[in-house]
Amino acid sequence: MSHSHQPSAISHVDGQGLPVRGNDIDTDRIMPARFLVAVSFEGLEHHVSEDDRKADSSHPFNDPRYRGASILVVNANFGCGSSREHAPQGLARFGIRAIVGESFSEIFQGNAAMMGMPCFAAGHDSIERLQALIEQTPDVAIAADVDSGVVTAGDVRFTATLPRALRDAFVSGQWNPTAMLLDRFDEVRAVAAQLPYIRGF
Amino acid sequence: MAETLFHKVWNAHAVRKLPSGQTQLFVGLHLIHEVTTPQAFDMLHQHGWRVAFPERTFATIDHIVPTSAQRRPFLDVMAEEMASSLERNCREAGIPLWTPDDDNQGIVHVIGPELGLTQPGMTIACGDSHTSTHGALGAIAFGIGTSQVRDVLASQCLALDPLKVRRIEVTGSLRPGVYAKDVILTIIRRLGVQGGVGFAYEYGGAAIDGMSLDERMTICNMSIEGGARVGYVNPDETTFAFLRGRPFAPQEGASGAFDRAVAWWRQIASDANASYDDRVTFDASAIEPTVTWGINPGQSVTVNEAIAADPQDEALEFMGFQPGRRVTGTKIDVAFIGSCTNGRLSDLEEAARIVRGHHIAPHVKALVVPGSKAVGRAAEARGLHHVFIDAGFEWRGAGCSMCLGMNPDKLEGRQVCASSSNRNFKGRQGSPTGRTLLMSPAMVAAAAIAGEVVDVRTMLEEVPA
Repeated sequence: MSHSHQPSAISHVDGQGLPVRGNDIDTDRIMPARFLVAVSFEGLEHHVSEDDRKADSSHPFNDPRYRGASILVVNANFGCGSSREHAPQGLARFGIRAIVGESFSEIFQGNAAMMGMPCFAAGHDSIERLQALIEQTPDVAIAADVDSGVVTAGDVRFTATLPRALRDAFVSGQWNPTAMLLDRFDEVRAVAAQLPYIRGF
Repeated sequence: MAETLFHKVWNAHAVRKLPSGQTQLFVGLHLIHEVTTPQAFDMLHQHGWRVAFPERTFATIDHIVPTSAQRRPFLDVMAEEMASSLERNCREAGIPLWTPDDDNQGIVHVIGPELGLTQPGMTIACGDSHTSTHGALGAIAFGIGTSQVRDVLASQCLALDPLKVRRIEVTGSLRPGVYAKDVILTIIRRLGVQGGVGFAYEYGGAAIDGMSLDERMTICNMSIEGGARVGYVNPDETTFAFLRGRPFAPQEGASGAFDRAVAWWRQIASDANASYDDRVTFDASAIEPTVTWGINPGQSVTVNEAIAADPQDEALEFMGFQPGRRVTGTKIDVAFIGSCTNGRLSDLEEAARIVRGHHIAPHVKALVVPGSKAVGRAAEARGLHHVFIDAGFEWRGAGCSMCLGMNPDKLEGRQVCASSSNRNFKGRQGSPTGRTLLMSPAMVAAAAIAGEVVDVRTMLEEVPA
């Protein structure tokens, strides 16, 4: 088996922020379904939140003050709904390297992790303060440390959480698990052989 | 020790504890479709990995399929490219694929159970969030993203943390005109669209026990709309009867395979005294026909209830509703019966019962889209297509259709759609400004006839049970 593809460790993400306010922003809104009619992820960066952006010219993704931002700051249940990886793929290709928010859907957070994009979760008040700070000072430098979960920006400082396994995976560089899953394939075959529906009833 | 089905199935499929602390979990059945796999196959090829268990992998084409003219090549060249890409990848890997040219094609979550591929005690994965549907048969089924599809293709495994289990007890029995869709909309409304994050939902109680597999699938299907990635019902006699004779189910007869399977399926069910991380109870008799008013599936009201929302809520503005008003009486433009939530035979039968002898309102465009070719054939054998066509509905071929904007069936402009599907997200049905009202298929049928949202019970009074 090939072990050539070992992604690198992600210990921290630094950069400017892009605040997108609102709870329950689903993946249909982040990447409308019509852009899924394709066989590759290429070009998805052009369609991130396209319908929301068209409906609202002042949408943060349209705001030139946030151009070049790499840390998305969101509220609760971000990425709910469809499992489409096209949503985090579009965000990553747009330049987002980490997301800080109140909470995330499980599938979205897992998809983002598979691409090396940590999703940091923190309380409502911390997120509000960070969003307000970025809105006032768009060029404020944000630093998010994966191991400690500490997020700092100007006077704002709080400790966010990542699921332990994902945090360890980022820090150790093992966030893409395929090679690990193939590592002891004989054990996979052994488990399969014991299952009555595979062995035969 | 007493255990839940979730833990028994998890333990039977756990390969090892990974250095990350996650579990390497074997996937007993991998279902794939055209939308979330082409990039996964590309990644596989880039690394020189092969499909590890092609015999445990099955494919269909559903999301992009036009439901009016299903002949190949599809008119949309990108859709055709997706279909031919899946065909090529499946051919090369030796994966069975059902295309619109085959009798077994349909929505992945309809054909899995229908063919008997989905069985109790399995772990199942599919690059689609509504994979939770398969839990209706007592499987643990995960919706996954494309990178995870790559992992399952390469290793037949996922790296996962175990979930907590919440027992959702639905006691008593449903009143006439109240359906599984109303039950799950009520559950999501109370527990919230995020309430299930970190949980598998185990549905039980007299109301669930009394449900058909079709109804249980409707419930499990929308677990993800409540934030729960996994939902399931313990297998019982209804499950075993459903599976008997299905093409991929264990064979009956002299070999005794089916009976041995049933014995294992009984064992895998949650023990009576299993402990749960959380328990909630709903009284089925108190559930009423329910309709969404907002832009997520937790924003719903009963047909007799006023919308109680903050006037500033963006959902109200988008939908054009006022707080204090009811959704009942809202004029509709489109009626859609179908999807992996409510596109099965019993859904069409119940809708046809309402429709028979009526005609849809002149301003309404109405579609019935069977969830699979087999559902369509079974409905036609019962003459249901005539009932719908005579009433002014369009009778279509199988596919995901108007549940999401990936095929020609889309809302236009600010149209309002009474829909038996699963998501009322902004733009979900293909128009960025389109508006979706989720409800049961019977409620959709009633709305199509009345031209506006009505309480289906007022129409049930005039039809025989």
